[in-house]
Amino acid sequence: MPLITSPNFDAGDDFYEALLAAHQGLEPAQSHAFNARLILLLANHIGRQDVLLEALSAAARSTSSDAPPAGFASHEDPHERT
Amino acid sequence: MNANPTVASPDVDYQRIVYPYRRSADQDAHARGDVARHPVVVVGAGPVGLCAAIDLALQGVPVVLLNNDGRLSVGSRALCFAKRTLEILDRLGCGQRLVDKGVSWGVGRVFFRDAQVYQFDLLAESGHQRPAFVNLQQYYVEGFLVERALELPLLDLRWHHGVTGVEPRDDHVALTLETPDGPYTLLADHVVACDGARSTVRRLIGQESHGRTFHDRFLIADVRMNAPFPAERWFWFDPPFHPGQSVLLHRQPDGVWRIDFQLGWDADPELEKRPERILPRVRTLMREASRAAGGDGAVPDIELVWASVYTFACMRMDSFRHGRILFAGDAAHGVSPFGARGANSGIQDADNLAWKLAAVVQGRAPLALLDGYARERELAADENLLHSTRSTDFITPKSEISRVFRDATLTLAKDFDFARRLVNSGRLSVPTTQYGQPAPDAPIRIDGHDDWLLRQMRPGRFTALVFDTPPPTKGGQRVSLGPEWGLGVQEGSPMPRGEPAPGLPQVDVAVRPLPDLPHLPHEDVPVLLRINDASDPHGLVRARYDAEPGLVVLLRPDQHVCARLHHPTAAELQSALRRALAQDAALEETPACR
Repeated sequence: MPLITSPNFDAGDDFYEALLAAHQGLEPAQSHAFNARLILLLANHIGRQDVLLEALSAAARSTSSDAPPAGFASHEDPHERT
Repeated sequence: MNANPTVASPDVDYQRIVYPYRRSADQDAHARGDVARHPVVVVGAGPVGLCAAIDLALQGVPVVLLNNDGRLSVGSRALCFAKRTLEILDRLGCGQRLVDKGVSWGVGRVFFRDAQVYQFDLLAESGHQRPAFVNLQQYYVEGFLVERALELPLLDLRWHHGVTGVEPRDDHVALTLETPDGPYTLLADHVVACDGARSTVRRLIGQESHGRTFHDRFLIADVRMNAPFPAERWFWFDPPFHPGQSVLLHRQPDGVWRIDFQLGWDADPELEKRPERILPRVRTLMREASRAAGGDGAVPDIELVWASVYTFACMRMDSFRHGRILFAGDAAHGVSPFGARGANSGIQDADNLAWKLAAVVQGRAPLALLDGYARERELAADENLLHSTRSTDFITPKSEISRVFRDATLTLAKDFDFARRLVNSGRLSVPTTQYGQPAPDAPIRIDGHDDWLLRQMRPGRFTALVFDTPPPTKGGQRVSLGPEWGLGVQEGSPMPRGEPAPGLPQVDVAVRPLPDLPHLPHEDVPVLLRINDASDPHGLVRARYDAEPGLVVLLRPDQHVCARLHHPTAAELQSALRRALAQDAALEETPACR
């Protein structure tokens, strides 16, 4: 089973909101520690080494460039943000 | 037998013994212009060299063991001896003394800041003769091994013999030795270098170990005190009495405790070794520990016995075999102390090497078998180095984010089992299993006596465990398991029993090749142990070997599984033996150095 990168959340917006809420009021150091605990819990849940390694490399690829993907930033159109 | 004068009374102070120099006949020969030649010379009478030399002598190989001074280890040093090491020492005839004198333990506790995170039991299963670990000062282990060595006529232990020259030649090695009587030369068909992390032999042939050095310092304080702790391994991450660092506590015999304080790279080793620096650290620990246990914080009288500040590196030689020179123990590889993988893996090196070298010396196997030693123990060293390096990275986080994950793991470990598995305060020594598992021990029954499986193996001999339940016996008649096995079994021949040590009557094995089969030399015929309802009343042997009737498990002389065969033919059994002895490999290998 490869890493799922297509939408897979039951309720993505709800999760995102819950994630931010969990960090509400935490100092940056506390947030780092929280994230670390969360990563370890989720990694254990996934368990499979191949999936975890794929996730590590996907995360590395995704952040290795500070610039937005080509062809995205230059066509900024406020009307698309609804 | 005459009373043995070399066995010391239990209160011998091994730290004070200075073994005397004795002039050897080789030196007189040297003075006459002759050069003595020996099949095997072992350099270094530490735990590894002593085990290698004893093992060789037990297998009939004359061996010279050299040590550059006359003293045993200074300080407790190795301390933690693992179950597998005890099984090896049992084979050498010393295991019981270690267990009797040492502190047996199997439980470890891990603390994070001011609270216990979890505890573990390394040997929760019953039906094993030996505990998970025995703590014993290294000088006791060496002292017991020296006394064992002195019992063996084939073992020539020469104190105050330093090696100053090593010259590899085509089919032997020339060693130059320095003694109180001056230098002399002797020749060795094979040299086993067990001369420690700063190996002289290694340096003299221009080799070195490669690896990773860690920038951290640790203090070992051995203190004598009347402390209320149980015989357990206690490990603190970031405790209030030593903030930001780690502390490890072990119990030793003689009312002594080892406390290992992580100091950090900037600590001054000379300053930290002073009693006025150490004793306050220990008192703070004892006060906090007493309070944590609900006590009043009272601190017992504390006497400092030994202190050492150390650093470490994780490294190994690229190859453990250089022609006729074989490296073992710290001379070949170095690990961090977390996990007790130094002396334990070194003794496993000796265990792996001795029977192979004996077979080569006795002409039963080609030199290629020694490549098998190097290959197997290099992989074992890699495994030990991997665990050791990972432990060190967990214990001393190298970056802010690694500390965040370390602390997150410890925090989660209070609540969740999965995180406990990630906590790494040292992955405690277990044998490597790259090339077959060490034979698991189990209780067995012989002649109405309860005994242990591993005790039944003979020095230098292969063992075949033959699982024949339901037993094909018929009223004490001679029963053959069938010519298809190539084995005839004499019913009523008891399994050999007793201490696997010289002085024992050599038990005639209950197995003979059938006459129409290629004849194996006696030394290569496996000792047969039949495992059935009678010899395995608890079924633990069958369970631990996952055995069904008709299974034959072939064990090497170092008690490692080298074949599992179902209803093997004679040819299959012999093929497995030939493979284990490398008899089909590289017969054409020249004796020249590789």
